[in-house]
Amino acid sequence: MKRVEHAKLAGAFLSRPEHVAFHDKRLWDLRSKRDAQAHAIPEWEMLRTLASQIKSHTLSHLADYLDQFTRMAESNGVQVHFADTAEEHNETVYRILSERGMTALVKSKSMLTDECEMRAWLESRGISVMETDLGERIQQLDKQPPSHIVVPAVHKLRDDVAEVFGRTIGTDPHNNDIHYLAESQRMNTRPWFVREKTAGMTGCNFAVAETGTVVVCTNEGNADLSANVPPLHIVSMGIEKLIPRVSDLGVFVRMLSRSALGSPITQYTSHFRAPRPGAEMHFVLVDNGRSERLAMPEFWYSLKCIRCGACMNTCPVYRRSGGLSYGSTYAGPIGAIINPTFDLKRFSALPFASTLNGSCTNVCPVKINIHEQIYQWRQVIAAQHELPFVKQEVLKMAGRLLGSPTLYRGTVASLEGALRRLPNFMLYNPLNIWGKQRDLPHVPHTTFHAWYRKNRKGGGDGGS
Amino acid sequence: MADREAFLARVRAAQPAHEPLPEVPLFEAPAGDLHERFSAALKLMGGGEAEARSAADVSAMILRRFGSEARIASATPEVQGTREISAATKPASLEDVDVGVVRARFGVAETGSVWLSEREYVVNALGYLVQHLVVLLDPAQLVAGLQDAYRRDDFRAARYAALVTGPSATADIEGVLIQGAQGVRSLTVVWLPAP
Repeated sequence: MKRVEHAKLAGAFLSRPEHVAFHDKRLWDLRSKRDAQAHAIPEWEMLRTLASQIKSHTLSHLADYLDQFTRMAESNGVQVHFADTAEEHNETVYRILSERGMTALVKSKSMLTDECEMRAWLESRGISVMETDLGERIQQLDKQPPSHIVVPAVHKLRDDVAEVFGRTIGTDPHNNDIHYLAESQRMNTRPWFVREKTAGMTGCNFAVAETGTVVVCTNEGNADLSANVPPLHIVSMGIEKLIPRVSDLGVFVRMLSRSALGSPITQYTSHFRAPRPGAEMHFVLVDNGRSERLAMPEFWYSLKCIRCGACMNTCPVYRRSGGLSYGSTYAGPIGAIINPTFDLKRFSALPFASTLNGSCTNVCPVKINIHEQIYQWRQVIAAQHELPFVKQEVLKMAGRLLGSPTLYRGTVASLEGALRRLPNFMLYNPLNIWGKQRDLPHVPHTTFHAWYRKNRKGGGDGGS
Repeated sequence: MADREAFLARVRAAQPAHEPLPEVPLFEAPAGDLHERFSAALKLMGGGEAEARSAADVSAMILRRFGSEARIASATPEVQGTREISAATKPASLEDVDVGVVRARFGVAETGSVWLSEREYVVNALGYLVQHLVVLLDPAQLVAGLQDAYRRDDFRAARYAALVTGPSATADIEGVLIQGAQGVRSLTVVWLPAP
């Protein structure tokens, strides 16, 4: 696969200033609401520590917990399947559906099924797939992947949705009223829940080993409809979703929606332990590169992720580049550290889409050291010669310049008068992709060294 | 499909060094009356509230709010619906129901959530496929927080259990809140002691 050129792809998003401005504001609003919720709970930081420790423990005993979860689920009457790869996941889902004569799948949002590109796979085999989360449905109809793991269509404005719905589900493309658009989707989607030969699918937020329970959190209630109306419920879940005990949910559920949307809980937090009488329930446990990541000494922490999206909402680069520019299901800071574990070559640009400001780490409810991992990935990428030639050469030059005070000061001094004119050339020359879509701050009239010499007479040369 | 033993063996081989499982303490509940905390949280989540002294009050409220033509399915014997439901009722048959009525087992003050399982719903789809949901809640059946709810045994016995907090909602277009995304358009908690 081709390398995802994050900066270039972000250019498409940045060419629409009103979208960028709204995107930035909307996500920062989620971050602010998250802060208000977190600050209202005195034990918040303690909860983060506990959540992180519970995840560390579970991941370090993952095989045992998977075994316990599986045995419990089976004793509850659930059929459990194992899939090494995305393709095995898709094949398993298809087999379950086709063996029962199902022709359609009505589902709630699942990043794992996006990761596995399941929709296209099933549809090419004659299974219609209906995404029922509003944001995910918009993205499905627009043939785009989600741009955010919690709010999949956050990069779109109401006019865009009106256009997509007008083109696909027959609404008035000139009516951009949000109530009208949401109601239209409701009317378009709900008949699918009660169709014949239709199965239901959900993702999984948490899987409780001690009871074999799968927990799914939604605001729309679409997971509950998908699971409780059709006669067959398939759960697609990554192996990292395990937690040991029901009581641990008292830590994680308290933090998930507060971190994600700044609400105390999702409207629906649903616990699926056993099938309804006369109905079937299947869990598909997926590895797809997760065990490989688990074996990476510095990078296994990323498996703690509970997919709240807080790191995306707070990230200045994500907010101004849009999720589609990351070229993967997982965008933003978490995407920058997960994606290289799938394909280092393809995603080698993502760890550079960061200012290393550390905000992602500070809001992460399970305390993943995201910004440190981003930095570590840069080192891996440089060591494996995955840096583009121009970046390598520029960094070498910068290294020489910044490594030698004499050379550095000489260069700055020689620029003095020109400094205020030159940067735009330096910044916007075609060799420097960083300069695209960025402005320089105002340059002071004098360097610090010149100022110091002038104002601190007799103070020596300012040290070394 | 992958072989289970090989699948688990690969995970086991990849595991980092063992880390201990922390004990999770029971944190002190915030001050304040549970009923008031529940009401404030429920309001924030878009849920409505009503007081009733008897089941007849609930029926009167439903009549007033939803009209005499409303199709009502009640999962609690306290309130009479216009349509019988039982464990044998097909979920999809509830599609044209206007109002569902159910009694919650307990409520969570921290979040304004009500706890419902297949025992309360009789037909789980009742909570989602109908247009409006009326939930009876005994004011004596409140726990302070989610940490308390998850220490109860109710989750272990239920096939399906949901913490339901306000109506179905979405803010997927420009962050504008819409109630009645896919599930119920409104949820009203009616305070009524259990008979």
